[in-house]
Amino acid sequence: MQDLAVSLVFIGYAIGVLMTFGLVLTWVERKQGAIMSDRIGANRAYLRIPFTQVKLVWWGLFHGLADGLKMLLKEDWKPIAHDRFAYMIAPWVVFAPVLLVFAVIPFGGTMVPAKLFEALPAVAGWFADRTYPLQIAPLDAGLLVVFAFSGITIIGAMLAGWSSSNKFSLLGAVRAGSQMVSYELIMGLSVLGLILIYGTVNLDAIVRAQSGVLLGVLPAWGVFLQPFGAILFLVAATAENKRIPFDLPEAESELIAGYFTEYSAMKMGLFMFAEFIEIAIVAALFTTLFLGGYNLPYMTDAGFVFPGGHEVALPHGVVLALQVVVFLAKVFIMCSFQILVRWTLPRFRYDQLLRFAWKFMFPLTLANLTVTAVAVWALHLARG
Amino acid sequence: MTFVSRKPYVRKSYWNAPTMSWWERSYLFEIVRGMTITGGVFMRNMGRWMTFRKGALTTYYPEERRADYAANNRGKHVLTQRPDGRPQCIACNMCATVCPAKVIEIEAAFDPDDPVHPKYPARFEIDYSRCVFCGLCVEACPEDAIRMVADVPDLPSGERQHMWLSLDELLHWNPQSDVAKPYPAKGAGTRTREPS
Repeated sequence: MQDLAVSLVFIGYAIGVLMTFGLVLTWVERKQGAIMSDRIGANRAYLRIPFTQVKLVWWGLFHGLADGLKMLLKEDWKPIAHDRFAYMIAPWVVFAPVLLVFAVIPFGGTMVPAKLFEALPAVAGWFADRTYPLQIAPLDAGLLVVFAFSGITIIGAMLAGWSSSNKFSLLGAVRAGSQMVSYELIMGLSVLGLILIYGTVNLDAIVRAQSGVLLGVLPAWGVFLQPFGAILFLVAATAENKRIPFDLPEAESELIAGYFTEYSAMKMGLFMFAEFIEIAIVAALFTTLFLGGYNLPYMTDAGFVFPGGHEVALPHGVVLALQVVVFLAKVFIMCSFQILVRWTLPRFRYDQLLRFAWKFMFPLTLANLTVTAVAVWALHLARG
Repeated sequence: MTFVSRKPYVRKSYWNAPTMSWWERSYLFEIVRGMTITGGVFMRNMGRWMTFRKGALTTYYPEERRADYAANNRGKHVLTQRPDGRPQCIACNMCATVCPAKVIEIEAAFDPDDPVHPKYPARFEIDYSRCVFCGLCVEACPEDAIRMVADVPDLPSGERQHMWLSLDELLHWNPQSDVAKPYPAKGAGTRTREPS
């Protein structure tokens, strides 16, 4: 019963966070792109408080709302020759796994209800001595689940392209298929080094392993242990998400909208929304694997331990809130970085894209993995 | 049977094909350089916005007027007034006739109280949604009754009918009178009509 209640709260939190990120990122993408190119960006949509002339513009934040409303109210147009079943489930096959990935990502440290609700003995007593990691599914195979689910998205893209019986869609789907398979491999290989170092695929354990220090001062974040791995992972994840400079499957100038050309209204909106949520997911994964997850440097579940041996103990609730906020902040910064990339780089040519994957990134990931393996082995030998 | 050439496709090479150094070809360093540029622009503009300055080159169109209009730009019409405030226009329809876009509509009326200039415009309207700002109306006017001044119409609107300027606004938005040709005031006390 207690577990159910906590899980429901976590699931509600996760869905709320992802939806908010999805909505806000559409706005951030426009606004950040505008500011990067000396423009103002979307700023005309407003909410008028009923019965007054007070218009809430809020820097164009309501454009996302207007877009969503437009998509919901549009005619759901279908091509005559579409494959009905595949056409119908394709957006969900893309959308659902993206949400599911977040289930295994830890968004905070371990919650101890007995300590959290000290002021409310009834609640504290109800929870007794249970503890919960802030994670919907604390699985041992966390990272594998991430790759399993993100692999399903390929099927959705292929289904969408095939079922809408349009040449542009089909071309986009074929491109999406080969691109995502190629980059999925690189994404997997680029985190293998990290798995070798930490010796686990449990994401919570990986985050915990990053809360220490390296060489006395450096936080033991993955990005310092595996700088090449971090860059390769980020590049592969961007390609996996089919964003510029890897947006060949939906290259507007060539394929209209690629595999979702024939989708309209909210079905098309689901594809877009999935893409924006995946930005947040990629950012969350990168944060978890390479940026120390929910921890600030020198921070543990009990408070801060600075390199000089100086300790600052914090109450449990404060630490928990801090961890959640730090995680969200890191995720947001990584999202912003991806948007920076999207508004800076031009698109690859398709042959360049695949050559980049197989002839450049693939050998690099293998080299990274080999060096890491040798180093881990040498350290292991040195320790005896 | 036709013979089809099976030669492999060879990408054409150009004499001015861009060459890249190994540094540029390694891609990563150059994109990092590019992202520092765009990121720098972002930080600069964001800093301006956050200190309540403007961080964009854009002009908010209806709210702001762009600073770089030409000095001799003439974008809005004025109907000159007589000393007593009535329009100088004698409703001769010359401007409406010469107008290439046919945007001027004049409805003439007769004022028996003013024997010198009995004809006056009861309605004088300009449709700015179609005006081409050629200035021919100004040249055609025999009475210097219509002028164009350095301004912009500023009539953004969702409705075409809101883009008409009426006689009233043309007379009064920027009151001007013809100083070169003074008119005697109309007979004192005999007027039955207020100046429009």
